[in-house]
Amino acid sequence: MAKLTFGGGVHPYDGKELSKDKPMKTIIPTGEMVYPLSQHIGAPAVPIVKKGDRVLAGQKIADAGGFVSAPVYATVSGTVKNIEQRRVVTGDMVNSIIVDNDGLLEEVTYTPHEPDKLDKKEIIKLIQEAGIVGMGGAGFPTHVKLSPKEPEKIEYVIANCAECEPYLTSDYRRMIEEPEKLVEGLKIILRLFDNAQGILAVEDNKPDCVKILTDLTRNEPKISVVALKTKYPQGAERQIIYAATGREINSSMLPADAGCVVNNVDTIVAVYHAVKEGKPLMNRIVTVTGDAVNDPRNFYVRIGMNYKDLIDEAGGLKCTPEKIVSGGPMMGFALFDLNVPTTKTASALLCLTKDEVSALAPTPCINCGRCVEACPSRLVPTKLAVLSEHHDEESFVANDGMECVECGCCSYVCPAKRHLTQSIKSMRKNVLGKKKKA
Amino acid sequence: MENGLDTMFQVSSNPHVRAKDTTSRIMLYVVIALLPATVFGVFNFGFHALLLVIVTVLTTVFAEYIYGRCMKKNITVMDFSAVVTGLLLALNLPPDAPLWIGVIGGAFAIIVVKMLFGGLGQNFMNPALGARCFLLISFTSIMTNFDCDAYTGATPLAAIKAGEGVNVLDMVIGRTAGTIGETSMIAILVGAAFLLVMKVIDLRVPASYLISFILFILLFSGRGLDAEYLVSQLAGGGLMLGAFFMATDYVTRPITAKGQYVFGVFLGIMTGIFRLFGPSAEGVSYAIILGNLLVPLIENFTKPAAFGKKKIRKETSKNE
Repeated sequence: MAKLTFGGGVHPYDGKELSKDKPMKTIIPTGEMVYPLSQHIGAPAVPIVKKGDRVLAGQKIADAGGFVSAPVYATVSGTVKNIEQRRVVTGDMVNSIIVDNDGLLEEVTYTPHEPDKLDKKEIIKLIQEAGIVGMGGAGFPTHVKLSPKEPEKIEYVIANCAECEPYLTSDYRRMIEEPEKLVEGLKIILRLFDNAQGILAVEDNKPDCVKILTDLTRNEPKISVVALKTKYPQGAERQIIYAATGREINSSMLPADAGCVVNNVDTIVAVYHAVKEGKPLMNRIVTVTGDAVNDPRNFYVRIGMNYKDLIDEAGGLKCTPEKIVSGGPMMGFALFDLNVPTTKTASALLCLTKDEVSALAPTPCINCGRCVEACPSRLVPTKLAVLSEHHDEESFVANDGMECVECGCCSYVCPAKRHLTQSIKSMRKNVLGKKKKA
Repeated sequence: MENGLDTMFQVSSNPHVRAKDTTSRIMLYVVIALLPATVFGVFNFGFHALLLVIVTVLTTVFAEYIYGRCMKKNITVMDFSAVVTGLLLALNLPPDAPLWIGVIGGAFAIIVVKMLFGGLGQNFMNPALGARCFLLISFTSIMTNFDCDAYTGATPLAAIKAGEGVNVLDMVIGRTAGTIGETSMIAILVGAAFLLVMKVIDLRVPASYLISFILFILLFSGRGLDAEYLVSQLAGGGLMLGAFFMATDYVTRPITAKGQYVFGVFLGIMTGIFRLFGPSAEGVSYAIILGNLLVPLIENFTKPAAFGKKKIRKETSKNE
């Protein structure tokens, strides 16, 4: 059988060997914790604590600002120092709750549940209350994803275990160390959709995960494990739906329109914690890696910790890196400063000795067509980039520029080192901004 | 340290890694791939051919350098694209052409066809082919005289056209009259194989070009399934050099996959028409140049449907 995959894509150096065999390590945070109120797509959360309040780990400190929003929880015990603007990974200043960690890690008591005894509404309510958002990077509130208009039309719940971004090994470690939580979490989500099959979609560079998950789901008739071809961006939502089911969606459709719901590994585990143990989203796994880090590895991190502390835990830096990226090298955000907090969507911290982007100046496009071959959205990136540089919004939209998923494949393959993704992204932002205003 | 200003890291939009290939490396691969044909040509035709190659390449490189200097633009000769143009043009010249033909052709290729239209990536016509056709029109007798020390008389294609017999084995090996680089099918295929292995070119254009050409010949030559005739048509003239090295020129072929097939088929048909029904035995150069001019049109027709949009397009066209 042909391997399950999509058209286009690239094969960058994957760097996973740096951290993949190091077990997760739990970090006990010290000092100040920062909780941005906007760690998700949608309305910012609304603080329900004030300066001077004592909070416990697991206590809700900000409520959801609407249906498409998510609450925020304290992950340590301490006192609220202030509510102020702080810089986050995207470079934006975001209103954040600052908690002075008292180091006691006093926790609230959680109420465990028996998932089988809960009805659908109760399960979604628990997920919503736990502040769970898409932890693969997008940060879309999970309860919204799990509440499509017609839940009975959902045929597949896809667990996105591809982890196609180079260097990232956090999902891999989760699948190796706590695969039963992933399977249990998927079973909980499947309870919401009567007609759905669960698919654990893993890239075939992780045969050990395929085996573990296959063994675990042997007696689960509703769950299957599929191996996908290792290729970036296999884990992009539209691509993984196509690879696993052969269905295509475009930018104006939701996965539910193709009868699918897609969730990332860490998100599904968070669902497990929220429903089974009654625990809100407080932790995530972060891969701290790159050739500038002394001891690259995976950490079990309390959300809100400063990035600088993460690097210290990884043995510090070998040398001053030229570039630090929050997330993977293909879609992550470059940081000019390490003084930002870990958020719900921070999958990795990548420290690169050399910055390949600034080292190579763009030269004229030679029309080689590699971007066209690589584009998973079947666009002509070089043409879109030119239209964007010429501020030709109309032609940009007419040439399907809004179908771009900003995966970075075009810039990656370009032999002329043109900043194609960047040009296309900036035009997309303009168009989306205008749509919002209108 | 509070604001991090003492350690500012590089910031840029994603992605933060880049593939290793660069424009100059690709051009260098093309130069390497042209070497077998060049070396064979020099051995086949002698020292003057070598001189002509060197003079033409020096001219194209020098012309690009001088143009950049005069127009106060970035000097772009380090990307090797001028070397590719010079070498391709030289391989398309008759072996005994005077050196000034190489100089005029090289200068025309770079300055008129390439730089005046905006330089690398902007020319709408393959510079080497543009220059060759310019030379063919301006200096017809020199450009069509293939008499030299090694060979006298007509090129194999002209001989076929005149109804004479040819030695097919000699044509495949390249021991015939012709331009410096076009005669040896084997040498050209070795270079082409290198480009295919290095993934600089793919088979879309060459394969659709050659297959459609073969079909055209089968249908319209009136010779039926005559293998010897077919091979001599394939090995003769500039077809191999054109199909693998000039029709595949990135800048002047369509960027879309579908467009590349259309382009290749168009070239195959045009070459067939020129060769069978035209006044000259050759047709590759004009076919490719004609194809180059149609590229924007072909690209427009063959724009791929974006991911997830295929069905929708069909549905809307049904509704109309």
